[in-house]
Amino acid sequence: MAVELKKKNILIIGLLAVALVYLVQLFNLQILDQEYKITASNNAFRYDVQYPARGLVLDRNGEMLVANETSYDIMITPIEVKEFDTLDLCNIFGLEVEEVKAKLKEYRKNRRKIGYQSFPFVKQVPAQQYAHFHEKSWKFPGFTSISRTIRSYPFNAGGNLLGYITETDTAFLRRNPDYKMGDYIGRTGIEQSYEHILKGEKGYNIFLRDVHNQVKSSFSDGKYDKPAVPGKTIISSIDANLQQYGELLMQNKVGSLVAIEPSTGEILTLVSSPGIDVSKLAAINKHYKEISSDPYKPMFNRATMSPYPPGSVFKLVNALVALEEGLIEPGTSNSCYGGYFVGRGMGCHAHPSPVDLTESIMMSCNTYYAIVFRQIIDNPKYSSVREGFERWRELVMSFGFGQKLGSDLPSEQAGSMPSSQTYDKIHGKDRWRSLSILSLSIGQGEIGTTPLHLANLAATLANRGYYYTPHLIKGSPDTLINPQYTQRNYTLVDTSHFHKVIDGMFKAVNSPAGSGATARIAAVPGLDICGKTGTSQNPHGKDHSVFICFAPRDNPKIAVAAYIENAGFGATWAAPIASLLIEKYLNGEISREYLQEYVTNGNLMQNVPIKKQ
Amino acid sequence: MIAGQEYRKLDWSLVIAYLALTVIGWVNIFSAVYDQEHATIFDLSQRYGMQFIWMVTSYSIAFAILFLVNPKIYSTLSGFIYGFSLLLLAGVIFLGIEVNGSNSWFQIGPVRFQPAELSKIATTVALASLLSKYGFNLKSPRGIITTALVILTPVLLIIMQKETGSALVYSAFIFMLYREGLSGWYLAVGMLAIVLFLVTMGISSFAAVIVLTAIMTIVRGVTGKYPLRHFLFLLFFVPAMIYSPKLGELPFLEGIDDIHPTWWLAVVLMPALSYHFYKLFKAKMARMWHLTLVFFASLMLIFSVQFFFENVLQPHQKARIENLLGINVDLHGAGYNVHQSKIAIGSGGFMGKGFLKGTQTKFNFVPEQSTDFIFCTIGEEWGFAGSAMLISLYLFLIIKILNSAEKQKDNFNRIYGYSLASVIFMHFLINIGMTIGLMPVIGIPLPFVSYGGSSLWSFTIFLFIFIRLDLDRRK
Repeated sequence: MAVELKKKNILIIGLLAVALVYLVQLFNLQILDQEYKITASNNAFRYDVQYPARGLVLDRNGEMLVANETSYDIMITPIEVKEFDTLDLCNIFGLEVEEVKAKLKEYRKNRRKIGYQSFPFVKQVPAQQYAHFHEKSWKFPGFTSISRTIRSYPFNAGGNLLGYITETDTAFLRRNPDYKMGDYIGRTGIEQSYEHILKGEKGYNIFLRDVHNQVKSSFSDGKYDKPAVPGKTIISSIDANLQQYGELLMQNKVGSLVAIEPSTGEILTLVSSPGIDVSKLAAINKHYKEISSDPYKPMFNRATMSPYPPGSVFKLVNALVALEEGLIEPGTSNSCYGGYFVGRGMGCHAHPSPVDLTESIMMSCNTYYAIVFRQIIDNPKYSSVREGFERWRELVMSFGFGQKLGSDLPSEQAGSMPSSQTYDKIHGKDRWRSLSILSLSIGQGEIGTTPLHLANLAATLANRGYYYTPHLIKGSPDTLINPQYTQRNYTLVDTSHFHKVIDGMFKAVNSPAGSGATARIAAVPGLDICGKTGTSQNPHGKDHSVFICFAPRDNPKIAVAAYIENAGFGATWAAPIASLLIEKYLNGEISREYLQEYVTNGNLMQNVPIKKQ
Repeated sequence: MIAGQEYRKLDWSLVIAYLALTVIGWVNIFSAVYDQEHATIFDLSQRYGMQFIWMVTSYSIAFAILFLVNPKIYSTLSGFIYGFSLLLLAGVIFLGIEVNGSNSWFQIGPVRFQPAELSKIATTVALASLLSKYGFNLKSPRGIITTALVILTPVLLIIMQKETGSALVYSAFIFMLYREGLSGWYLAVGMLAIVLFLVTMGISSFAAVIVLTAIMTIVRGVTGKYPLRHFLFLLFFVPAMIYSPKLGELPFLEGIDDIHPTWWLAVVLMPALSYHFYKLFKAKMARMWHLTLVFFASLMLIFSVQFFFENVLQPHQKARIENLLGINVDLHGAGYNVHQSKIAIGSGGFMGKGFLKGTQTKFNFVPEQSTDFIFCTIGEEWGFAGSAMLISLYLFLIIKILNSAEKQKDNFNRIYGYSLASVIFMHFLINIGMTIGLMPVIGIPLPFVSYGGSSLWSFTIFLFIFIRLDLDRRK
């Protein structure tokens, strides 16, 4: 009996072992292995993706900057491919037979993994080839076509601002699982910043298929189909005509030209020269090599990325800091004998002496600012040079320098702003004095600002003490802009001090001949332009030509920064370019044709040193 | 005839498990062939409506067996029942209609009927009667031969109907025979032979040798003094065997890369075998001689199967044998079914897609989804939870029958109970194993669950005769 009982138990153990093996296999199939779940949805449904039209981009006046046009992708569903005339297909699309054969072989090799999926076979086929294919498509089972929209650029301006779209790459897909292979995404510029608004929503039509891979029917009469939702239209703050004019002025020059509407922070024009022509944007891949091998780096958005020494335009900031700290008044005068000769000292150009605050700006006196800057740093109010410097730094940074302003330009960089630690490193801990960092007084040395920073400075001056974060789009009910863009950012300098500096800027442009004013070339009768030149020394060759300005003096409509690399004095190139832009914007036409001709004919490219690739 | 009060003593747990399985089957057949135009589960034009009729008639048959038929007749009429079933089995070969290439169905009016299903019960009754006869000795040659004849006669007739799957089920009786005194060696060697045969045909002789070596090492370990050593050895040795063909990539062996991978296996195997023989001669252990003999006999089986299959048979003969065995790894042939079945079950996840929500079992991805592949629907729509529930229900049913059978005072009843449990187990093993890719595709139904009148009726009769026999013990 005992033996027989044991036999029953052995049978039960065998039974339990089988059940356990089966449960483990079920656990493996149903819970651990994801492959079967994916295969299942490939199996039963055929999702025909409906691509949405990407949103349009208009300029501030309704001019179409970015539009769509139709192109066709030829898709392949490898499992449906039967024997076909390879040569015929190649002839239609101008493909190499070997290449097609290799592709088909690849699909055959991975057929288990592919299942019923489709892939793009030839992309962006022109309409004519598409028509040709469409006629013969019955000869090529497994090949279908889907229409995609690609970008077109009706207005030739703003290549660097708009950005471009490319197909998603694998690295991107890994980070963003809601995108699929073959989707387009915006790269750089508005296309990238406003991807979420522009992209729209993909839709799909669901078809059922059975085991013989025949599409049986639309699933539930299309009840679960999802139509594509087109992307929303974006109204850009760009003034297309002004942008185009700015690009014309900047042709054959290396540098940036940025214009902002001070009362809103909207960017009217942003030119980085040399830039990308919009005609190359639509098929950026084709031109990519050519663009990226250009020694002047047209992809590089200088206006937002390049940190330059601001030069003399930075004297405005130092003047405001000194006013805020109560160290000077408009009447405060300093003598200049052709330079400041303490320590290593610095030179100055010839101008009448002594100068008060207004004249120091108008004539851009170095000596004046060397003295003022030392007063700021060595202010007896503070116990040490370090503390004086920290206070200066705090005030300067309240203008947005040394940090990203937070604009919607994806490439925006912070520039550079030295700190006490920077100088500790250079000179030794606390072994630096106001004299050691004297270059900062005239916007040289360790400070780096982008042209966008300088345009923002011009806008801050125009607003007498605050700025709106510069941005590229105008809000609309469809596309709400970042609420930050409607907030005033006040600097730490009291608004009551700004008019004292603006006096100097006004006189720099609008003083009579022989007064020593530096920016007389920028004057346009009736526009009341206020400006400040800069001539920025740099280790790369000839000085950079810098000019910031706004106009009109009262109730300003536009603030501009021009930064031309290796172009010499601020007044030589930057001031004419900026003032022409303002004149174009405010008057709609140019009264100074000779100046426009001088600028457009100017070719400064050979001044710019090319870094060896 | 049993009196009105005695029904309380019925083994109600078996009856409830039976009812649960039939209802689960019905609901899932409904889901598997669901058609929006025939939305009611009672629609007689559809299989679910028909299954309802099979269920109602089955319940009536169950009632009749419990309350109307004298249980004594099964043992007294066993010879007649067995003979009649053989007659039907032989008759259907000539008189039956052809369905899916096999001649196993009688058609009487609108009703189709498969005698192979009923003959399982007849064979069980015959075996129970034979083995419980006074003076019968299973271990005598005469006993073995008589028993084998009783089992193999219907098997032969069923194979002649081209219903190999159903014939295979008769191998289940070996479990009952094991309980009745057959040596465990038959069971073990028989199972080893089946496993090696399937692995050789299904995968390769290379894999079969690895499986054989692993099993032998485990047996050697478990029966010897150092089981742990053997397991550790396997941990290293199985990968070594699997990767042995890589030896051909070694620079100094580059010339000989054209040989069959099994030879590389032999290179790895040789030191282990030498050690084994060294021990064998030194220790002179009788049991190890047994084991060694089985090992080499198995090797011969593997290579003769392979040689025969690869070199002697013509391609069409091979295909026919593969068909017969249901072994076909081609994804577009029989393997396709298994692949689709695994996709369906795998897509169910933990909780399943929900009733009527399966996408794979609808739209005909899985073939025979209401009959042989009904487990797919359960796996897809009820997930791991539902599948585990169903498996548990079968475990409960089989173990309950085994326990109950063991308690029987009457040998006839015990043998009947063991046969019943063995046959249900064999169907469970093959059917579910096939849908989850662990068994070759052999078309036999899942007891009580799959669609089909013959199957449901005969399993109902099979089970309820036992419940009725059991009642006598409980009285």
